[in-house]
Amino acid sequence: MISDNIIRNFIIPLTQVLVILGVASGAVAYMTLVERKILAFMQLRLSPRRVGPHGLLQPIADGIKLLLKEDITPDKADRILFTLAPIVTVIPAFTALAVIPFSGGGTFQIFGYQVTPWIADVNVGLVFLLAISSLGIYGIMLGGWASNSKYPMLGALRSAAQMVSYEVPFGFSIIGVMMLSGTASMVGIVEAQREAHVWYFLPQIFGLFVFFVSGVAETNRLPFDLPEAEAELVAGFHTEYTGMKFALYMLAEYTSMIVVASIVTTLFFGGWLRPFPNVEALGFLNLGLDRIHPVLPGYFWFLLKTFLVLFVYLWLRGTFPRYRYDQLMRLGWYWMIPLSIMNVIVTGGVVLLLRR
Amino acid sequence: MFRTEMMDINMGPQHPSTHGVLRLKLLLDGETVTDTDVLIGYLHRGVEKLCESKNYHMIEPYTDRLDYVAAMYENLGYVETVEKLMGITVPERAEYIRVITAELQRIASHLVWLGTHALDIGAMTVFFYCFREREILLDLFEAFCGARLTYNAYRIGGLPWDVPPGWTDRVRHFVKIFPGRQQEYDTLLTKNRIWLGRTKGVGILKAGDAIDFGVSGPCLRAAGVSYDVRKAHPYSVYDRFLFDIPTGENCDTYDRYLVRMEEMRQSLRIVQQALDGLPAGEVMGKVPKRIKPPVGEVYHTVEGPRGELGFYIVSQGEDKPYRMRFRSPSFVNLQALPHMVKGSLVADVVAVIGTLDIVLGDVDR
Repeated sequence: MISDNIIRNFIIPLTQVLVILGVASGAVAYMTLVERKILAFMQLRLSPRRVGPHGLLQPIADGIKLLLKEDITPDKADRILFTLAPIVTVIPAFTALAVIPFSGGGTFQIFGYQVTPWIADVNVGLVFLLAISSLGIYGIMLGGWASNSKYPMLGALRSAAQMVSYEVPFGFSIIGVMMLSGTASMVGIVEAQREAHVWYFLPQIFGLFVFFVSGVAETNRLPFDLPEAEAELVAGFHTEYTGMKFALYMLAEYTSMIVVASIVTTLFFGGWLRPFPNVEALGFLNLGLDRIHPVLPGYFWFLLKTFLVLFVYLWLRGTFPRYRYDQLMRLGWYWMIPLSIMNVIVTGGVVLLLRR
Repeated sequence: MFRTEMMDINMGPQHPSTHGVLRLKLLLDGETVTDTDVLIGYLHRGVEKLCESKNYHMIEPYTDRLDYVAAMYENLGYVETVEKLMGITVPERAEYIRVITAELQRIASHLVWLGTHALDIGAMTVFFYCFREREILLDLFEAFCGARLTYNAYRIGGLPWDVPPGWTDRVRHFVKIFPGRQQEYDTLLTKNRIWLGRTKGVGILKAGDAIDFGVSGPCLRAAGVSYDVRKAHPYSVYDRFLFDIPTGENCDTYDRYLVRMEEMRQSLRIVQQALDGLPAGEVMGKVPKRIKPPVGEVYHTVEGPRGELGFYIVSQGEDKPYRMRFRSPSFVNLQALPHMVKGSLVADVVAVIGTLDIVLGDVDR
């Protein structure tokens, strides 16, 4: 007989992890399809539509294709690091999902056990996220270096410089939110937004701006996709990668996108809360899902908001050209960092005044 | 203990943004380009030599394969050179239709340039917008001569066919809708801060240097030199149309962008005027069945989308040229590349290749 303790501390978290990993992997796979669909819509062309109805099975076909591709390691590459690098990138990307509150306002009752809709509510969740998200860059640097090839090395150097530069405003921009909510717990921040009767994107509009821009830069997406700028560096750090290793890099990139979008949702757009969560009259916004279970509307709103943030990601990709290396650095150091520091100072001052 | 090393990096011949089989050997100091070696010849087919064994009619399809993005101009330049050598007069209607198709070709060629140039710099959507409009033009060309890329559209002495019924209306429709479409590219790029940052002050080619290198076309005009063969040495019926020659001031990639954008508008103006003045009549002049130009030599240039496109023929009175030589603007303009990218970043090299608007078929011949 398995003891109550083992179930509570081991089996339930493990199940949560597996469920969220599964859902996230599926979401990542379908994110690629969504991206292609939305870009195609913006660019007046057809998206994949041959595999399954409206191309809905395309991600699966892509996955099978990548699995079956020959796994090439270049002769001159450092075999161990070359294999390790994609893994080092993908692990932090998924780990970050651990502290994201996908829904809230209640718990599931499964076989008499309380199951939260998030994996963990760490009291330093935000700091944890920051730490984890910085780790992904090691994989990129390692991969570029271990390939022992020129274009990947240039890509790795670029990404090292870029991610280090944007790590700073990325960190500064969330301090404002922490000061307003008085907590670094992701769940706590959402609850604070409910109590404040306002989502933090209004008081923290600069914080949101800096955070989102740095987030795009952190995840190497256009207009900041310098490490893999295909027009210049062929494919940047993953030029030499094929098959599943390449897929791991892509997986990490899309997971990071989803993570950043989730953080934006949580910090600035009230996480799982519906619009005006304290106004009873707007209860219809829960779409009746709360009658089935109080946690369900949270999922709906969280997914909707995250998707909208991801849409902005794709929108950027469809609109902007790519920054140049030096311009990117200038934007980071001259604009993003001062702006985020200003934001911290002003927010701190206002919070201090209001408390008095 | 620590030392820095220059890095030799090979860009091309297989590279996403060298626009074909161009190979550059870059010597990099970090990401700064200190030296560039342009290696060409991967697409060399010996067209000039081939022409010596073909009769004059058979050469025209070969000219299609030189600058395959603007094949109408290769055709136009070639047939006009032979006509000049033989003193053939071309019926007016044929001249007008040549001007219309050639100017539409200029727009189509500039659309390819804009799309690929923007794609190199990372703006993906512009590419698809440009190709949407190019599609309309290619359909027009297909209706006119049956081909979409290598047209072989003209004949020595005129045109093989008149335009099909309703064709001019379709061109008029294009002339009507195109300014609106061009507005869309404008919205995406012209005032875009990232685009400005990537193109302003990049790949500067001053007027003096441009002339020394023999650079022609939009690259020369962006340096402020108002030289256009259509105005300087009018050929065909270009002297009858009103159009401006856009010039730039800052000699950089952004000015070359603006010049080409304006050239598209001016081409549209020419097409409009040519459509309005299109005379009726024959499209084929009086030409002997066997083309046998008199002994002599001739050089003739036309203003292609990439610059001055020259044809030099030495005839010994036979039905084949004794010597054939093309002055291809891509080849000449490409010479300026090492000068333009010296001291800039790798990302700028891509922008400069794009702004030179080379076609490797034209470079290597």
